[in-house]
Amino acid sequence: MASLLEQQNADPGVDDITQPGVSPPVIAPGYDFGQVTDKIGNVVLTKRTPWSWVIGFLIAFGIMNILMLAVGYLFIKGTGIWGINIPVGWGFAIINFVWWIGIGHAGTLISAILLLFKQSWRTSINRFAEAMTLFAVMCAGMFPLIHTGRPWLAAYWLLPYPNTMSLWPQFRSPLIWDVFAVSTYLTVSLLFWYTGLIPDVASLRDKAKNGFAKFFYGILSMGWRGSARHWHRYEYAYILLAGLSTPLVLSVHTVVSWDFAVSVIPGWHTTIFPPYFVAGAIYSGFAMVLTLAIPIREAYNMKDFITDRHLNNMAKVMLATGLIVGYGYMTEAFFGWFSANKYESFMILNRMTGPYAPTYWALIFCNIITPQFLWFKKVRSNVPILFIISLIVNVGMWLERFVIVITSLHRDFLPSSWGLYHPTVWDWATYVGTLGLFTTLLFLFIRVLPMISIFEVRALLPQSKVTVE
Amino acid sequence: MATDGNMNMNELVTVKPAKAAPAEVESAAPVAPVLELEAVREQLAGAKGVQYWRSLEELSNKEGFDQMLEREFPRQASEWLDPVSRRGFLKLMSASLALAGLSACTKQPEEAIVPYVQQPEDLIPGKPLFFATARPTPFGAQPLLVKSQMYRPVKIEGNPDHAMSKGACDTYTQGSLLDLYDPDRMQAISKVGGTRTWGEFVGEMRDAAAAEKAKQGSGMRFLTETNISPTFADQMQGVLKLYPQAKWYQYDPVNRDNARAGSRMAFGQYVEAQYQLAAADVIVSLDADFLYPHFPGFLKLASDFATRRKPEENNPEMNRLYVVESQMSTTGSKADNRLPMRASDVEQFASALAAAVGAGGGGTVSNEAAKKFLDVVANDLKANRGKCVVIPGENQSPAVHALAASMNSALGAVGKTVVYTDTVETNSTEQGAGLKELVADMNAGKVSLLITLGGNPVFNAPADLSFEAAYTKVPLRAHVSTHMDETSRLSHWNVPSTHYLESWSDARAYDGTISIVQPLIEPLYNGHNPHEVLTIFSDSPGITPFETVQNYWKAQRKLSGAEFEAWWKRTLHDGFIANTAFAPKTVSAKSAAASTAQNNPAMEIVFRPDPTIFDGRFINNGWLQEIPKPVTKLTWDNAAIMSPVTAGKLGYEDQSVATITLGGRKVDAPIKMVPGHPDNSITVYLGYGRTHTGRVGSDTGFNAYKLRTLANSGYAVGATLERVAGKKWALAVTQHHHLVEQGKPKAGQSTTGDAAASRQIIRAATLEEFRKNPEFAVEGANEPVSKDITLYPNWTEDPTKTGAHQWGMAIDMNSCIGCNACVIACVAENNIAVVGKDQVLAGREMHWIRIDTYFESKGPADVANPRAYFQPVPCMQCENAPCEPVCPVGATVHSPEGLNDMVYNRCVGTRYCSNNCPYKVRRFNFLLYSDWDTQSYYPMRNPDVTVRSRGVMEKCTYCVQRINSAKIDAEKRLGKPDANGQPHDGKVHEEDHVQTACQQTCPTGAIVFGNVWDPNSRVSQIKKQSRNYALLAELNTRPRTTYIATVRNPNAELEETKQTETHG
Repeated sequence: MASLLEQQNADPGVDDITQPGVSPPVIAPGYDFGQVTDKIGNVVLTKRTPWSWVIGFLIAFGIMNILMLAVGYLFIKGTGIWGINIPVGWGFAIINFVWWIGIGHAGTLISAILLLFKQSWRTSINRFAEAMTLFAVMCAGMFPLIHTGRPWLAAYWLLPYPNTMSLWPQFRSPLIWDVFAVSTYLTVSLLFWYTGLIPDVASLRDKAKNGFAKFFYGILSMGWRGSARHWHRYEYAYILLAGLSTPLVLSVHTVVSWDFAVSVIPGWHTTIFPPYFVAGAIYSGFAMVLTLAIPIREAYNMKDFITDRHLNNMAKVMLATGLIVGYGYMTEAFFGWFSANKYESFMILNRMTGPYAPTYWALIFCNIITPQFLWFKKVRSNVPILFIISLIVNVGMWLERFVIVITSLHRDFLPSSWGLYHPTVWDWATYVGTLGLFTTLLFLFIRVLPMISIFEVRALLPQSKVTVE
Repeated sequence: MATDGNMNMNELVTVKPAKAAPAEVESAAPVAPVLELEAVREQLAGAKGVQYWRSLEELSNKEGFDQMLEREFPRQASEWLDPVSRRGFLKLMSASLALAGLSACTKQPEEAIVPYVQQPEDLIPGKPLFFATARPTPFGAQPLLVKSQMYRPVKIEGNPDHAMSKGACDTYTQGSLLDLYDPDRMQAISKVGGTRTWGEFVGEMRDAAAAEKAKQGSGMRFLTETNISPTFADQMQGVLKLYPQAKWYQYDPVNRDNARAGSRMAFGQYVEAQYQLAAADVIVSLDADFLYPHFPGFLKLASDFATRRKPEENNPEMNRLYVVESQMSTTGSKADNRLPMRASDVEQFASALAAAVGAGGGGTVSNEAAKKFLDVVANDLKANRGKCVVIPGENQSPAVHALAASMNSALGAVGKTVVYTDTVETNSTEQGAGLKELVADMNAGKVSLLITLGGNPVFNAPADLSFEAAYTKVPLRAHVSTHMDETSRLSHWNVPSTHYLESWSDARAYDGTISIVQPLIEPLYNGHNPHEVLTIFSDSPGITPFETVQNYWKAQRKLSGAEFEAWWKRTLHDGFIANTAFAPKTVSAKSAAASTAQNNPAMEIVFRPDPTIFDGRFINNGWLQEIPKPVTKLTWDNAAIMSPVTAGKLGYEDQSVATITLGGRKVDAPIKMVPGHPDNSITVYLGYGRTHTGRVGSDTGFNAYKLRTLANSGYAVGATLERVAGKKWALAVTQHHHLVEQGKPKAGQSTTGDAAASRQIIRAATLEEFRKNPEFAVEGANEPVSKDITLYPNWTEDPTKTGAHQWGMAIDMNSCIGCNACVIACVAENNIAVVGKDQVLAGREMHWIRIDTYFESKGPADVANPRAYFQPVPCMQCENAPCEPVCPVGATVHSPEGLNDMVYNRCVGTRYCSNNCPYKVRRFNFLLYSDWDTQSYYPMRNPDVTVRSRGVMEKCTYCVQRINSAKIDAEKRLGKPDANGQPHDGKVHEEDHVQTACQQTCPTGAIVFGNVWDPNSRVSQIKKQSRNYALLAELNTRPRTTYIATVRNPNAELEETKQTETHG
């Protein structure tokens, strides 16, 4: 077995730096290699698709069709079907974009950064966290395109391609940086995810009885035979990709935050945005991982792999990032006063007392007050409460983007041009529709690919700890 | 193989021996040697094993083959440089294209395009022509210069040579262009629904007239709008001579009956007052909204008024305007001292004021504030004898007009600040009384034939006359109208009328100057002109309007032949007949009697013409409907406008619906609160609530005519309001005035007024303050950022990096009267789309220039009577434009001449530029707003400006098409001797008068545009003034559009009162 995994798993009991020595194991006792493979692999290879999966998938697919309808109508009529106007030129589309991108951050963080930090507990959640990342980035990536007035041109004019007119994108615009940041992130995340899947897919290929499954997994496994050389190369590739992904965790949301920070609009034009956005992204990402992990481990009886310790750790990460986000809010408010800038101070007052004040206070409740409960171990180990908190944080992070986008724009410099933004049914349909797209993809993923990394979990078993005498 | 094998095409072109080619080829291109089979054989012989080759040339391995591979056009291609061969190639290409067309499966549609056989001498596609004409209105003609592109009128401007216009044009006239192309216009003659021909109409009318002839036309009636055409009047006199018992009535719902009656009271005859505001130091308005186009003689009044509102450092003088008024009008917004007063109380005030200045009248006012105001005004008037003027409101009672006339006489104003002249009306009648008589005749069955030429009396006649019931009793009713309206619906015969841009006529401007109305286009919809209709009843039927007008003027001028032709051409060219302005009449006003009006505390309702659709005639005009009405910023509706105090007392909010009852008549109206409106009074605009109109005007507003009676056409007292529970009427307002709309501002929340003040968007001072500190607008202001703090070189001051001109604009807020003429001029010039009420409600109006209105209150007492400021906001054309760096595709870029250009083709519509624009002047096509389908709009559009598609951002360009046109003209003059005999430098100079559309039409000249690099240009001179400031300069946007701060000249005595009220 590979050296890295050996090191990583050298002492599964004490690698949790927050609670040294006392934490429960990251995998329930009593499994051998084969059982792990069967337990995870059978979810995929079984012939009997559970009814609950079918029903869930159909619901998700139905909701996804709302998105198709909404986007179809959007292309026919134009962005005027949404509630945007002058002065609020950006609405749900950009809010959703930032929200989904934020959610997409947990996957890479869990996979790459925790891998580099040798946090072995990441092992049983990284696979679907990465899948979640991919799907979230897909949902996110759609928005910058469809929110433009002429998406059929935006689709390629935003890319730097040589042309006879010598026309290039405008490299000073953060929207161009976005194109690079998001597409890079999607590509690297996809590669990372796929690379991690190869040994597992090979296991499925070997286990599969069905001819089509054999063929399908055979193609996907790219001829993996599990030889020492394979493992050697795999380890290198994986760790390199992890290294490549790590800066992306920081850079993508930093670039996304520049969409706002580079502008002159009070409430957008602030230097705190990059770190505050990154922390917020991780915060919402972990909340989403919890939101997904809790029902999945229930439905597929995976509590032995996704243990309470995992939930506990993720709750801690949420608490930490939630505090950073809270600090960001406080800084914004503080600078509203401290800068003595009348536009800034008006902006923060308007957020707190203006027409959209309820969203601001709801955001404070969701993102600052709610996570404080995570200080208590009892809360962290109470799964239903944790699930509810994760949902509240998801809502809160969406509200945060709403507050940033809408309240900053709706009253900027000239009072004559102030206005209000009211989302329309098509705004909601597009948003809800992307939730459908996300869950549809997730359902397909769970059915078709191993949701937990088989080989990495096997490495967590005590049997894999071979001590050389 | 004597020629190159691969050159099949060339073989067709030139059948020349290849060897001969080099001699003819001029180019230095190497000549390919001739392929020789010998060489190939040599190659093959020397080769070993199997060989693969692409061609014999390759095989022969000659230099030529490599060349052929490298060069795009090998060998004989060089020959195409030779003109003959190239032409041959083109011939071949066209032939092959034609053959390709033949071989295609689809048949091309047959569309004949026919060039001019004889192109008109003056027609150059893309080069506009300008024709002088005039738009007749009930108050006099508006002299015009209309731009024609390929003989299609595309833009209306004022006639710069005419004293009543000086190039300016009003809101309604700018908008009237759209009416010409309105697809909802009546398009065919019809009789009770069935289409008829003009011949049939003439036949039936002549039959009816013949029947009338026997009884001397006693059953014949003509009803027209207020007539100002001498030719028409002459024609009508001719008809009335033939039918002595026939009668001609005129009716306009917005008429001058009150002024007429007042004038008769004062002078014993109807004379028209021509106010000379340039000579007036003190102006008192008694509910007169003379700074809005619905006031007679508006353009000259506005322009004269503005000339006295330009205090300079070395000459800090200006006039003073006192306004007593019953609504917050544009005039009241410009007032130095303003007193809100119910319309029904103005008569008493006028009487007391007349007494105070020794002009008869009498009585006093009970209200303490009004008394104080009156005393101050009276003193100021007396102190400025001969340099002051009192203007009565059109809505006001005859007594107020009479009192104003006596005051002007007593104050020595006559001949100085006001002159009295004849009226522009050719046959000045009491219109209301006339209509009453007509209705009585109709009811009595005395009318057998009624010809209604224009107007819509069924809709807008006084409610107590029950015109509709009487009208339907007439056995034969014919209506000549541009649209199918309420009157058309009840008429037997309907004849489409021509638009004034389609017809010949003549008309007097308010000062009496006569203009010939000449058409710019053939009638689009079979329209017939009233002159033409009238000939049916004359003794010379079949004569065209052109001949009618010419014959009249031949007779008038006693000219004929070539002499007349020359006169005619001159007149048409100039747009008016010189020296036909009225001579001042020497009249003296009687000392007016004291007013007998009593204060009636009941709720009052004031009827006013609408600021956008006038009396309802422009209801189907999307441009005018979408213009935000001044002060209220309301579009697409009228409303019951009241003060916040009254609304609060009655428990109304904005948009709640009330049933207004007046004299038993009821109408449901939405409520709109406006600060500065007098309490216990409602203002309603006329013209909305039409039941039969085009697609644009349907379902807009409520019909205020339902409440308006003959006796109370200006205002009525005794209205009651009843809330319609649970109903809300969405009002599309483009700017929210939080000062009032939010009721009580919440603690800690900045209101619009507060924010505008702290952001120094509006900078204003009193004349006293200005004298003490001419730098008030820039001193203590938010510091503009230094131009040197950036690492980048300051390109704007580097001649090598910029164009020949640097464009800039200065907007004088002191002159702006908020009349919206610029907004609609911009709409017409730049093909700006109309979006409709629902889109305005969504906040998506498309106007490139808007009039921001701010109310200023310095204390609680001020809220009931705030000062208002108008700030026209086009694109600022920032030198450091925040919109530019954020566009991902570079669709908005800076021109070397300082313009912030918008490239529609490149725009993908991210809207980031609009988000990042601090001035929010960018407009986005959220949907497909431009009407791409309606054929009749095609010829209306300015061909120099793109019609935008959906998903594209747009904004003010400083009318870049006009700039470029001027630049092209200037470049053509390069090197030719200029006015001074020097060679022209090819640049645009001040004397080239490049003007933006908003600037050109502005009645007060508030907008000045030009080259800011030329220190002698007007714009540079104005920008040098101490009052010049940039909006949000602290953002370092360096706007090219700057503002000239407001200076007001309030009477200190009244200000003190205000202060004590505030503190007390």
